[in-house]
Amino acid sequence: MSVPASAGLVRSALDPARASRHEVVQAGDPWVGRIERGQVLRIVDLEGNQAVDTLFYAADDLGERYSAVRTIAQQGTLYLTTGSVLRSALGTPLLTIVADTCGRHDTLGGACSAESNTVRYGHHTKHMHNCRDSFLLAIERSQLGLHKRDLSANINFFMNVPVTPEGKLTFEDGISAGGKYVELRAETAVICLISNCPQLNNPCNAYNPTPIRVLVWDA
Amino acid sequence: MADRTVLRETIPGGAMWSHVLRRHERIRFTDLEGGANVALLLFNRDQLLERYNMPDTLKAQHTAFLTAGHVLYSDMGRILCSIVADSSGWHDTVCGVSDAALVRAKYGDHRYQQHRNDCHRNGSDSLLVELGKWGLGIRDLVPNANLFSKVTADTGGALEFHPEHALAGATVELRAELDTLLVLCTCQHPLDPNPRYAPKPVELLITEGDPPGQDDLCRRSCPENARGFENTERWFGAGAAASAGGRS
Repeated sequence: MSVPASAGLVRSALDPARASRHEVVQAGDPWVGRIERGQVLRIVDLEGNQAVDTLFYAADDLGERYSAVRTIAQQGTLYLTTGSVLRSALGTPLLTIVADTCGRHDTLGGACSAESNTVRYGHHTKHMHNCRDSFLLAIERSQLGLHKRDLSANINFFMNVPVTPEGKLTFEDGISAGGKYVELRAETAVICLISNCPQLNNPCNAYNPTPIRVLVWDA
Repeated sequence: MADRTVLRETIPGGAMWSHVLRRHERIRFTDLEGGANVALLLFNRDQLLERYNMPDTLKAQHTAFLTAGHVLYSDMGRILCSIVADSSGWHDTVCGVSDAALVRAKYGDHRYQQHRNDCHRNGSDSLLVELGKWGLGIRDLVPNANLFSKVTADTGGALEFHPEHALAGATVELRAELDTLLVLCTCQHPLDPNPRYAPKPVELLITEGDPPGQDDLCRRSCPENARGFENTERWFGAGAAASAGGRS
């Protein structure tokens, strides 16, 4: 599937050597971090075609979480790229995408789960690793006060889920590649919850989940 | 034939409503005047943590909209409601609801102090009120369905709202596959280009119904839905033949 030329392709001027945090998230692992207002978060697809399931919460009011539909309706377009403002259900700007070398990111495909895998791929897939189990483990371990009720439709960085004008939705091979990244500036202090997707039943990870890198620059 | 009507009610435009639809009951929505929008959230009545999941619904059925033959999945791999009939052909589920700031920006500031019960209402506040009646709140304000509204995307993802889509007399009928709490409001769609505040009424008709057969439209519309029905029927202890771990 070809992807239209994107106005969103923007490289960052930030120097990784000056980042205050550098962390590698292994394939299939979750990550939780607090990003202060004005800090910049970069997520790097180290080896290519790796879906990074991500949720954001306002750190001072966890009820203000990322809303895929509010973000889509306000920007008038389905995909996320440079310039997209990630909003809560009440419209509060949480983060802005300030650089993107991939071009577009999905926010309709949600996170895989044991239960949805049974529907999509057969009952035999119920006990495979999946993003929502990773989210649940990460939020229970982090003791931030987040629970299942707080898990809603997420962003899939680097994932390609095109919608046709006729309304068909498909999971396509990734448009990402090793070293591509997306960078976000926090408009308020946020909690970032990531599942480095372990899905093996569709091409979202090219059937080979791989590590990602998370970097944070101070304001 | 015996009258199987459980409830018939007209909901004005810009109003909110909630109700538990019992398993296999049907609810038919009618757009009385044309241009209606029903923002709809769904929860498992017995376990309110289980609720309508837009991404699971879309990816299981390879669709970016809803119509007859589709089902509304919960986040737990079960079906809350099936769409058993639809004269409209397209219901949005990717655009969410309006909020106070949007309604004020589009239609002006019409508060209760000046306008009494003709004051303007918005989608997120209306849903929050109705959610609150069941002990739910902002954490439960997840992506909803927008019955009767059609929004398409071009290949670059740019959205287009189709005002001509919602015709007077259009109907859509859901069947509950488990006891489902419906929470809804009839505020205008957030992308409705109508410059006037003009939310439209809908009629609700709830009737008793029968369980879906093996040849049911929604069960047979794709292999994913056959498994979704199996998961749902297991919730009631049925479908032991389709044992856990079995390939289907």
